[in-house]
Amino acid sequence: MKYLDEYRDAGVAKGIAQAIRARVTQPWVLMEICGGQTHTIMRYGLDEMLPPEIELVHGPGCPVCVAPLEIIDKALAIAARPGVIFVSYGDMLRVPGSHSDLFRVKAAGGDVRIAYSPMDAVKLARENPSRQVVFFGIGFETTAPANAMSVWQARREGLKNFSLLAAHVLVPPAMRAILASPVNRVQGLIAPGHVCTVVGTREYEDLSRDFHLPIVIGGFEPVDLLEAIRMLAVQLEEGRAEVENQYARSVSREGNLPAQTILQQVYEVSDQKWRGIGAIPMSGYKLRPEFAEYDAELVYGTEEISAQEPQECISALVLQGLKKPVDCAAFGSLCTPERPLGAPMVSSEGVCAAYYAYRRRVPEAVA
Amino acid sequence: MCLAVPGKVLESYEVGPSRIAKVEFGGVTRQVYLDFVPEAEVGDYVLVHVGFAIGKIDAAEAKRTYELLEEMGAVLEAEEEQP
Amino acid sequence: MIPLVCPAPIHHRDTILLGHGSGGKLSAELLREVFLPAFANPVLARLEDQASLEIGGARLAFTTDSFVVKPLFFRGGDIGSLAVHGTINDLAVGGAIPEFLSAAFILEEGFPMADLQRIAVSMSLAATKAGVTIVTGDTKVVEHGSGDGVYINTAGIGRLRDGVRLSASFARPGDAVILSGSVGDHGIAILSQREGLELESDIASDSAALHTLVDVMFAAAGANAIRCMRDPTRGGVASTLNEIAEQSAVGIEIDECAISIHSAVRGACELLGLDPLYVANEGKLIAAVAPECAQALVAAMRCHPLGADAAVMGRVTAAHPGMVTMRTLFGTSRIVDMLAGDQLPRIC
Repeated sequence: MKYLDEYRDAGVAKGIAQAIRARVTQPWVLMEICGGQTHTIMRYGLDEMLPPEIELVHGPGCPVCVAPLEIIDKALAIAARPGVIFVSYGDMLRVPGSHSDLFRVKAAGGDVRIAYSPMDAVKLARENPSRQVVFFGIGFETTAPANAMSVWQARREGLKNFSLLAAHVLVPPAMRAILASPVNRVQGLIAPGHVCTVVGTREYEDLSRDFHLPIVIGGFEPVDLLEAIRMLAVQLEEGRAEVENQYARSVSREGNLPAQTILQQVYEVSDQKWRGIGAIPMSGYKLRPEFAEYDAELVYGTEEISAQEPQECISALVLQGLKKPVDCAAFGSLCTPERPLGAPMVSSEGVCAAYYAYRRRVPEAVA
Repeated sequence: MCLAVPGKVLESYEVGPSRIAKVEFGGVTRQVYLDFVPEAEVGDYVLVHVGFAIGKIDAAEAKRTYELLEEMGAVLEAEEEQP
Repeated sequence: MIPLVCPAPIHHRDTILLGHGSGGKLSAELLREVFLPAFANPVLARLEDQASLEIGGARLAFTTDSFVVKPLFFRGGDIGSLAVHGTINDLAVGGAIPEFLSAAFILEEGFPMADLQRIAVSMSLAATKAGVTIVTGDTKVVEHGSGDGVYINTAGIGRLRDGVRLSASFARPGDAVILSGSVGDHGIAILSQREGLELESDIASDSAALHTLVDVMFAAAGANAIRCMRDPTRGGVASTLNEIAEQSAVGIEIDECAISIHSAVRGACELLGLDPLYVANEGKLIAAVAPECAQALVAAMRCHPLGADAAVMGRVTAAHPGMVTMRTLFGTSRIVDMLAGDQLPRIC
């Protein structure tokens, strides 16, 4: 597959890894934000190819993991209602709320369905006028435009039985919170390439300047990530702190203007809670008042629920890159993908789940 | 996060106000909404996320940077072949 | 809509979840906690895909399987041919020559007669082609809304080959692990033809009877060289390898570069975020064999239409018993774990 296969080429990958080894002279702590990037690193064992000086820590880039407990509980409450068809991306189905998850709701009789695209949910609403269709719209800035289009299209068609339960989170505010922390260890950042495909790179230029931090916009294939790491290593060794774009085949400085337009038309920025981290101001999207009839929170009047995270779960520290999953006493014992205590073990590309699936007992490194 | 896959636009057409493309990924094709990449043409590669194209792959840029990466791989091979 | 399959359990186990039927950890747990204790006996405890029995001096294999696939008709087969092939395969990979099948139907009131005819004809063709006879069966009808059109159960009986004893507990360090062909065809064929996913492709299910391929393997390798065979159905190649690793208390290491996958299957997996190692197959087998026979076996398999892409996919090791690892294209290593329930498509 073009634009995939060549970025998984072993020869090219090894060449980049060698170039990294030849260049680093001292330890550096790098963070990749996006869960998909973490997944690639674990899946291809990229950390095994890096010199020991490079330490990779993993950021909060998993919208599934960080969707606040309250929104999960709201989703469960809505999905359990008779007459509702609750549609969600596959990723959210096993995320535990306070007492249940969408699969249990389904097992108890709720009509819960998986969709690949938000337009599938709109289609369902069109074809089932006597049912209420609710789409669970999670994601970062990458997914927000598509989720917004579902509402846009529903309004265009005059559908009266469609609504969006939105749980969008924005990357830069979370990164600011992490970088501003006195215990922050991150010296270089791999920025999320698909988020930047949509929103462009300007906010990362601000981050880089404000925190004097080298940032490389990285793609998602192994060659992309190794090259992004190499570019960061070079910046750090040379004492530079700039924004560079490794993923230039997809990312431009301005980003995708039509997508940004729909974001502005449908959403407004709001305060948002991040599971495991807490409330971060202006770090989420909610539907604008003119779309109130499509806002599932308003349509279903789900009230605020406060929730307690289990004591053993150190996800807050893991999501900020301060600890690794293997540092957690509960990892692999009390907390497993079958019985997750916290968010990062839940999502298929949450960092704890990635560690568990690919690297639980570290096999001997291959030379 | 953000699983987005590159695919080749085979054809495009209007359905009401939306522009839709038939995009090929390896050996499968799927309909993709082009609302965010309306300028995509047949033969272009687009990056697809949840049924929407979110960007067009810049073929020239990809080629330029990939050639540099390949050189790194070639350098390593040459080094490994040396006695 | 993408079909809903349960990927993981949650804390309480007071109800059956979809994941209990997925062939992963949850299914194993159900066996362990409900069925094994209830039906306790040494044959069942071996947990093979078929039971090896001795009745009046004759060595027989006996197996059963139920089929609940949706859609009922798909490219490459239908629920009927699947039901025939699936049970034949469970007998064949147990070292038996399949002879007789039973076929039991649970039909939903209102199910079209024409569809049932079609299924029956398909089963008849599949059985005849495979040289087995459907000799007994049953039909029940449930009220409209209580079923999914039709569920089929087939049971099968066959003679165990002389001198052949296979078991998933017989794999030993040093053995070669052979895979008979490309992975993921059936699972993706089913997924892509389900309404709502709208993936166009010509991927067809690989549903097929494997017993003639197994004949070729025994002819090439002899009775003692093959330790065990399994057909990796739901849960994919990964689940089957984990079962063998666990039952034999050995490690298995596979090579990513040795796994063959059709480009359309790959494209679909990329799009949906699925790992092909966990996608169902219905016409493939995995065998753990004595290493010195591996090359000859693969060569013989490649001469058979169902083994054209056969290859050595890995090896059994004494390291990390019970665990399966994969050497990636980059030479690094990753664990290939057993999933709790079914794999879900993802967008993240």
